[in-house]
Amino acid sequence: MDRLGKRVLLIIYAAIIIIPMLTVFFSTFKTTSQMYENPIGLPESFNFSNYVQIFNETAMATYFKNSVIVTLVSVTFTLFFASLIAYAITRMNKWMGGLLFGLFTLGMMVPAQVNMIPLYSLIYRLDLTNTLSGLMIVNISVTLPVAVFILTGFMKTIPKELFEACTIDGANNWQVYRRIALPLSLPSLSATAIFLFVMHWNDLLYPLLFITKDEYKTLPLALLEFQGQYMTNFPMLFTGVMIASAPMIIAYVFLQRYFIAGMTAGSVKG
Amino acid sequence: MKAGKSIYLFVVPGLILYLIFFIYPTISALFYSFTNWDGLSTEYDFVGVSNYVEIFTADAIFRKSLVNNIEFMLFVVIFQTLFSLVFALFLTKNSKRSVFLRALYFFPTILSSVSVAFIWSYMYDPNLGLINTVMQAINLDSLALNWIGNEDIAIYSISAVQVWFHTGQMLIIFVAGLQGIPKDLYEVAKMEGANKWQTFKKVTWPLVAPAATIVVAYTTIQSFKAFDLIFAMTRGGPNYSTEILATLIYNTAFRSYRFGYASAESVIFMIVIAIITIVQMRVLRSKAT
Repeated sequence: MDRLGKRVLLIIYAAIIIIPMLTVFFSTFKTTSQMYENPIGLPESFNFSNYVQIFNETAMATYFKNSVIVTLVSVTFTLFFASLIAYAITRMNKWMGGLLFGLFTLGMMVPAQVNMIPLYSLIYRLDLTNTLSGLMIVNISVTLPVAVFILTGFMKTIPKELFEACTIDGANNWQVYRRIALPLSLPSLSATAIFLFVMHWNDLLYPLLFITKDEYKTLPLALLEFQGQYMTNFPMLFTGVMIASAPMIIAYVFLQRYFIAGMTAGSVKG
Repeated sequence: MKAGKSIYLFVVPGLILYLIFFIYPTISALFYSFTNWDGLSTEYDFVGVSNYVEIFTADAIFRKSLVNNIEFMLFVVIFQTLFSLVFALFLTKNSKRSVFLRALYFFPTILSSVSVAFIWSYMYDPNLGLINTVMQAINLDSLALNWIGNEDIAIYSISAVQVWFHTGQMLIIFVAGLQGIPKDLYEVAKMEGANKWQTFKKVTWPLVAPAATIVVAYTTIQSFKAFDLIFAMTRGGPNYSTEILATLIYNTAFRSYRFGYASAESVIFMIVIAIITIVQMRVLRSKAT
């Protein structure tokens, strides 16, 4: 009975995850009326007319391209700047390193809604609204705290003697960072990269604040506005959801282990 | 051997961005909270603490949002922690089945809040949604509610979505904690004749407490930051029944154009989070030891 109860609970929860997902996926191949008649069943055929329609009626290709650019650039620079800082913190004297570490991790406590109003007016004054670069700069700045936190935690576990030995051998700081610190930090770099990928790809708040022109919208913001366009036409909304989620889903299927490690790295103390 | 002065250059690019685009706006929020700035004009007046006075004495919507936020937090913290702990206990071993189910339960975490909002807007739709379709099919029409349209239950409906969204993530933290418990402890408990509940109380719980601390702390903060999900599902409605502090601040600033007043709200928001974090750390730490 004990065993059975456990199994039943696990299956029920699995169903609560799977059924909405399958409904989303199948309904992208259905018309509205087909979906309401038969919400969870297989579609009559796997024809891609909803996908074709959404690319025709909206600037889907542009949104997708914008999301790719913003995410790639934001992740790359956040990782680069954060790893430089993390390396510097581990090599500075305790006092300075601690001060910097404290300054950055303090930022993890500040919710985005606290500084979004002055940030909005700053971006406006710098004439960076409706630009992808404005979005990227903000993305990088706001995710530095968590990236510095994870990477510093990891770099501190690398034996100091290793860095010092290289310095004695005549390597300058840049060389030690490039040849020793970065390669040895690869596990935590990849975990942080995945964490940042998911965060930047899915972010709604900053595009909502800074972007009003269609040509600069990213996927989450564009999706949000489909609500107005398609109302309760759920097959079309879900087609948008599938396109926006496809890169993450594909990556998750292949890199599951890394995703799980990366997505929890931000929450577990290093 | 020390790293030399050039090490300071490594900090420069990140620090500059961080100071300009994070620290400076955060401090400015405090400054603007004492003004009546509307966000559009270049001029504004200092109004002292009158924004704060208004929030505490005359703002029913702020109070409602705070209460909603606390309800949302309690619901999510209780159920998300409970579910993730129970499932982690079931799925501690690295068998094929456990690994598969953990990956499945984790799956929603990788989706965007907007996608999750769309999925559940459909599930909850009073006429077309899957939940009510099923309720009607099994003759439970009385349970076919207007899940996010009914003021009395909307906040709980959204809380359930948040639990669905992140339980898998918290489960992983519990599994990591549980896998760190030495197996011999369980053998000793078995030899001593402890039953399952006693084993859980005396062996598992004390050793999984650090993981629980992380889960509760993280979930609490997460439920205060659930802006994207709520904004995409209800915008805070109907009639402010799902307004939480994060959505309220956005609406005050970008719908009512009261930037100064919204800044005051955001300062209070920051203080609320700080207080909760400190209280929680105290309570959880004393429990853990």
